Amino acid sequence: MKSVIKGASYILAHTPDMVLHNGTTQTTERIVNPDSEYLKELPGHIRSYEQVLSYWPNQVYIGNKTPDELAAVEQPWYDKTCDVSDRYGKFGQIMPQEEFLLLMQACDVFDLVKLDSAFVAAHKPALAQNPVMDESILARIGDGIDGAEIARLVSEEHSEGLYHNGALVGCVNRAHDIDVNLSAHVMHENIVSKASSVLALLSAVHTTGISKDEVEYVIDCCEEACGDMNQRGGGNFAKAAAEIAGLSNATGSDARGFCAGPSHAMIEAAALVESGAYKTVVVTAGGCTAKLGMNGKDHVKKGLPILEDMIGGFAVVVTQNDGVNPEINLEILGRHTVGTGSAPQAVISSLVTDPLERAGLKVTDIDKFSPEMQNPDITKPAGAGDVPLANYKMIAALAVKRGDIAKADLAKFTTEHVLTGWAPTQGHIPSGVPYIGFAREDLLAGKITRAMIIGKGSLFLGRMTNLFDGVSFVIQKNAGSNAPAGVSEEEVKGLIAKAMKEFAATLLAQAD
Amino acid sequence: MGILAGKKVVIIGDRDGIPGQAIAACATSAGAEVVFSSTECFV
Amino acid sequence: MDLENQKRVKEFAEQYGPENVVVLLGAAEGEASGLAAETVTNGDPTYAGPLTGVQLGLRVYHVCEPEIKQEFDPAVYDDQVSMMEMVLDVDDIVNEMTSIREQYCKY
Repeated sequence: MKSVIKGASYILAHTPDMVLHNGTTQTTERIVNPDSEYLKELPGHIRSYEQVLSYWPNQVYIGNKTPDELAAVEQPWYDKTCDVSDRYGKFGQIMPQEEFLLLMQACDVFDLVKLDSAFVAAHKPALAQNPVMDESILARIGDGIDGAEIARLVSEEHSEGLYHNGALVGCVNRAHDIDVNLSAHVMHENIVSKASSVLALLSAVHTTGISKDEVEYVIDCCEEACGDMNQRGGGNFAKAAAEIAGLSNATGSDARGFCAGPSHAMIEAAALVESGAYKTVVVTAGGCTAKLGMNGKDHVKKGLPILEDMIGGFAVVVTQNDGVNPEINLEILGRHTVGTGSAPQAVISSLVTDPLERAGLKVTDIDKFSPEMQNPDITKPAGAGDVPLANYKMIAALAVKRGDIAKADLAKFTTEHVLTGWAPTQGHIPSGVPYIGFAREDLLAGKITRAMIIGKGSLFLGRMTNLFDGVSFVIQKNAGSNAPAGVSEEEVKGLIAKAMKEFAATLLAQAD
Repeated sequence: MGILAGKKVVIIGDRDGIPGQAIAACATSAGAEVVFSSTECFV
Repeated sequence: MDLENQKRVKEFAEQYGPENVVVLLGAAEGEASGLAAETVTNGDPTYAGPLTGVQLGLRVYHVCEPEIKQEFDPAVYDDQVSMMEMVLDVDDIVNEMTSIREQYCKY
């Protein structure tokens, strides 16, 4: 039996101070050009928590707005205010920085994260109000230490500072004096990833209503590496996060593949469940501090706010077939192989048209494609264009080439089978998976029957290979589901009305 | 005379444009020697 | 442009002589193409990399520009680039690249 998508969670953490102190664009600039205009202007472009709450793409990410609603809003979006600015959404939440710093401390099991006692006292009650936090997490938060000691650790012990509203409120200590893989910088990066994954796991439990004990396996697919100098990427983020999230019956492992990681992990999860190895597998990833403000220079130059100020995270719960939830179809898998090459058309063929061809399907048999869902508000001013749109144009061009759609229907294809990007540029976070939550809902509602999730990864960045990578899979309506097949009530009403009009016209013509 | 034949070519491709390897194949076909090929990523 | 890539461009220009080096770009749009082209001709406009203030004046083209495209084996270009060319705004790219070359290219 095919596995099903029981639910998904999507979370964001607003981390404006980490943009300044931990994003690689900024840390690099401080080394090569410490007096630059960019560094001087940057603080004036940082968004407030209220601004990120009312930012359209963020509200789509946590599920309060749909991709279709976003598509109807004229770009750019940074200067528009979403009519919903709730912190919580049906998929997750947008956590403010102060709570996230406390969560980081709760996720540290080696006494490396130190927070100022006054900061803890001021913000712990807010975290306690968070509906996904339970006593086991809150009990992990210490009373904090003296601010002067934190300042000393940062200035004398190489600790990585934790800032809030520009003030030093804590630090992450190095876990080893010599081992660079356990440096304060690496520990900070990894604990942020872990904390955002924990928040996603807790949110997934919350939104799906599963019992924590049901989860047997967790796959982490972020782009960080944890280990010491003898095993730099030893792992295992998955089990580390599952421990804090209270998934006591779970073990897990890490899957890596740059931005393609989540799609690889989803296919592995589906295979594990379909084979019967595990009944419930959760795929999760936390976010990436390095990418905060990655395109900040372009944004500042063009007078935009720093839009890459969110740490992202997600979790997808894959379970045995319940006859209701959408199925993952492992018979339609796209694979970019070693022999595929890097030509864009070869990449898209291997991921989209080749698997459909093998399954005897046309491009138009997929109702929605979810390739790389980067928010164009971020990428367009940075010179990377509209990434999802570029993917769609390629898919459409291939569909025309195959004869799946007529050239005249190109415009129709690029409105009906596509989505507008809303995910933050956190590497793996936007890659295919942001739509899974909405896809599940659209499939359950009978709005669509098949969605294709496409992940692509830039392996060459690791300097181990020049190859590109990617995999894709299809989510489809549950074969046992009674949901209406692709026609909504409105559409049925419309069809009947049209038929009645035509009937009336015929009668009138006959009467004449 | 062409621009590329016999020249040393340095390639700066783009993950969301044309990747380095694809450009390298073209440059080689024009008789150039590819001395460096890289692909940048902004996402 | 990535700092490491700037370093490599500079090294190759020194090693082979700037007159013997051609830079080919694959950027996704015009402005990004122009900035990369400016970096290898007039120096890094972001003042961050090794090419800051270094006016190499190298020949630089985007792979989709007609004058460079005509030198490729058409079958290879068709396989590797043609479909992406349909996705890109080639006119915008050509305009940006031409403008940079006219201002800063020395060869």
